[in-house]
Amino acid sequence: MYSNLWLIPFFPLLGAIVNGLFGKKIKNEAVIGGIATLLMFLSFLVAVQNFFRLLGDTEKVHEIVLASWMTVGNLQVNWELLLDPLSAVMILVVTGVGTLIHLYSIGYMHGETGYYRFFSYLNLFAFSMLMLVLGGNALVMFIGWEGVGLCSYLLIGYYYEKKSASDAAKKAFVVNRIGDFGFLCGLFILFWALAGKGVWTINFVEIANNAHLLETGGALITVITLAFFLGATGKSAQIPLFTWLPDAMEGPTPVSALIHAATMVTAGIYMIGRMNILFAMAPSTMMTIAIIGAATAFLAATIGLAQNDIKRVLAYSTVSQLGYMFLAMGVGAFSAGIFHLMTHAFFKACLFLGSGSVIHAMHHAYHHAHLHDDPQDMRNMGGLRSKMPITFWTFLLSTIAIAGVPFFSGFFSKDEILWWSFGSTAGHPIFWVVAVCVAGMTAFYMFRLVFMTFFGAQRTDARAKDHIPESPWTITVPLIILAFLAVVGGYVGVPEVLGGSNNFGNFLAPVFGHAQELHHLSAHGSHAVEYTLIALSVSIALIGIYLAWLMYLKNPELPARFTAKFASAYRFVFNKWYIDELYDFMFVNPCKKLGTFLWRAFDVKVVDGLVNGCAWVCKGLGAGLRYTQTGYMYNYAMAMVVGVVVIVGFYVFS
Amino acid sequence: MITVNHYLLLSAILFAIGTLGVLTRKNAIVVFMCIEVMLNAVNLTFVALSRHVGNMDGQIFVFFVMTVAAAEAAVGLALIIAFYRNRESIDVDDFNMLKW
Amino acid sequence: MEIILFYLVAGVAITSAFFVVKCRNPINSALNLVTTFICLAVFYIMLESPFMAAIQIIVYAGAIMVLIIFVIMLLNFGQTVRGRYTHGLAGGGLLAVLLLLVTSQFVRFGDAPGTGGEITSALLTEVGHTELIGRALFLDFVLPFEIAGVLLLIAILGALIIAKQKV
Repeated sequence: MYSNLWLIPFFPLLGAIVNGLFGKKIKNEAVIGGIATLLMFLSFLVAVQNFFRLLGDTEKVHEIVLASWMTVGNLQVNWELLLDPLSAVMILVVTGVGTLIHLYSIGYMHGETGYYRFFSYLNLFAFSMLMLVLGGNALVMFIGWEGVGLCSYLLIGYYYEKKSASDAAKKAFVVNRIGDFGFLCGLFILFWALAGKGVWTINFVEIANNAHLLETGGALITVITLAFFLGATGKSAQIPLFTWLPDAMEGPTPVSALIHAATMVTAGIYMIGRMNILFAMAPSTMMTIAIIGAATAFLAATIGLAQNDIKRVLAYSTVSQLGYMFLAMGVGAFSAGIFHLMTHAFFKACLFLGSGSVIHAMHHAYHHAHLHDDPQDMRNMGGLRSKMPITFWTFLLSTIAIAGVPFFSGFFSKDEILWWSFGSTAGHPIFWVVAVCVAGMTAFYMFRLVFMTFFGAQRTDARAKDHIPESPWTITVPLIILAFLAVVGGYVGVPEVLGGSNNFGNFLAPVFGHAQELHHLSAHGSHAVEYTLIALSVSIALIGIYLAWLMYLKNPELPARFTAKFASAYRFVFNKWYIDELYDFMFVNPCKKLGTFLWRAFDVKVVDGLVNGCAWVCKGLGAGLRYTQTGYMYNYAMAMVVGVVVIVGFYVFS
Repeated sequence: MITVNHYLLLSAILFAIGTLGVLTRKNAIVVFMCIEVMLNAVNLTFVALSRHVGNMDGQIFVFFVMTVAAAEAAVGLALIIAFYRNRESIDVDDFNMLKW
Repeated sequence: MEIILFYLVAGVAITSAFFVVKCRNPINSALNLVTTFICLAVFYIMLESPFMAAIQIIVYAGAIMVLIIFVIMLLNFGQTVRGRYTHGLAGGGLLAVLLLLVTSQFVRFGDAPGTGGEITSALLTEVGHTELIGRALFLDFVLPFEIAGVLLLIAILGALIIAKQKV
């Protein structure tokens, strides 16, 4: 019934191959972009079709085996796809948001050399991500996992001639790799542990069915889940492997929107959701996940407060929101985490695309005026509301959503997480406190961004001021659609406490319900407590917005006084808590030293010495053997006499 | 009583002296003369042993050795003359073309 | 009597052979070589091979030495060679000594039995050495004899061609 599921990853793969092989010859930008977008759209249509089919189906878990991959002893590994409510949600998000971003890129990347390369990589990324979310066993998922890492490298380093871009791409890939190592370790130990109990499999459904064979809360399951979580931190930019995400803003804005807001970074969350049975069995890991999620959210939010580059603010905001999602997973609120993943995809993609529209326009203006100012610096913006109305309104709507203002999508998903972090059996009020502080900071810095960019006096250089255009339809249409989703996207998951029927949570219940039941993960508390918490979080968000208005619209000189007063704190936060420097000191420089040492002492002396030594020996041999052919009769006669003496002597004395 | 051993030892000494000369001298003609000394030592061995064994074969061999030595002298000296014409020297250190 | 003669002639032979090697002037070496040849002829006579002795004097001392002396005088480097006239004395000396040691091992002092061939001393005095050699040469070894003749012819031709002046 779901036999056309394989088309979903296939279409983007086809697009990647066509654009990759023939893109250079198809000079027409519209054709290249059109092929890529159309194939993504087809993928989206198939995803929608399968989603509705699944809605109407009573059986919610479907495995589609495409082909056999390898049979090793008792282990059978197939190319297989798994369709259940979780992967259905993910494919909708990936293909839907992906199609919009492809459409956006047609206009945004206009005029770039290597246009076809961009779309080829973007489609390849979509293929990898879809393999990741549709993967029926850990190896197929890992193919997607590695593939998205690779495409992230290719796309961040798209402007490969710029050193900062290629450095950022390398950093992203290397940090990701550390996480991938964790994923593999977890997989190997899991496989080995299950095999010890007689179950030879890496298929997700079978793992879920047989997880009870492992001891709940034991050391083994804790190690396995921690290793998987390490992989998740790498992919989803949590402490300790988050340093790559802000640098990844060197890539073009559509890349930041697709990969670093909506899809790739959510792979870690998805993976935890997919293996929720295992995670629920290891309470210490869940606690670790919650702590790291909360800590990362806090850390990223503080850094985002002080940044001046529009994309950096959004990048740190992404890290912070991902921290929220991990916090949700850590306290057992799996469906809340996925819900927030979905709404975040909508509003963050809209925010990134909106910022791209602003940057594009600023760039156009500076180019027109022959200036070289930074088009991404917010201090050069201001008052763009009248120049770019569509961008402004969509941006504002998404900002309101992320701030958690009621009736917008962010409110529903965020509050669900806050409620669970307070009241869950695996939660703790302190998580709630941290999360609420982060919510306040989020509202503050997001509205700071809006006020600095779109309101107030125009700080742009006078020569460029009047040449800032609104963007073309290929850019604004996706913005409008995403803003719309950011507003209404939350209504599928309105919780009961507010009168809704939590359709989203119910839809995902077959995936998470079993684990939550088994390990008693639920949020308990009266409705009164819940209402109080909602009220508190909303008011803190509103306070954040008010503070932003105060400091950036009413009294614009306040920020300067504030930073002057708390200068060292400001510097600390502005320089990203000096974590990059710390990592350089702890890991990067020792590695470099080791490499240099091995080069000088080993490669040059030993290896080259061996090779040169061979040549030297040959030369020496030759020089020695040369004396047998001097041409001097005296030498030859001597040789003859020596021979005679030896032979006769041997005969005589033997 | 002079036994065959005396003659053998004597010819061994002569042979060694001849070898010393071949290996040591630089003048080509002197080297040639030392070769003749070696050949004569060998002749003496042959004759002495032929006399001891009571067979004529050794002396026939000496006959042929002398024949060959004469032929060799003729040709060898002709070669030396040719060399001298070419190089104005008959120092064996100058004849170093027998090499790769 | 015979012993004294033997040792005397042996001493002269060794001394003159040594001087062949030692003399700087090639004419001196040549003359010492003649002395060695004559000593050897005396040995052949002591070994009851007078024919050999005669051949030795005629061929070696007569023909070959004359040829050598002619060549020495033709090439006209009679004045002493300047500088070193030997090379590799140490190596050559060592090898010569080794060679002597090795070859002298074949000498076993004591009673060395003859193998009782038919040419006895009595036969030699009765028939005559020359006739015996003649018999052996022309009856048993006639083919090598003829070949030796051809060899001599070729040697003459070779010497002519090599030493010819290019005109």
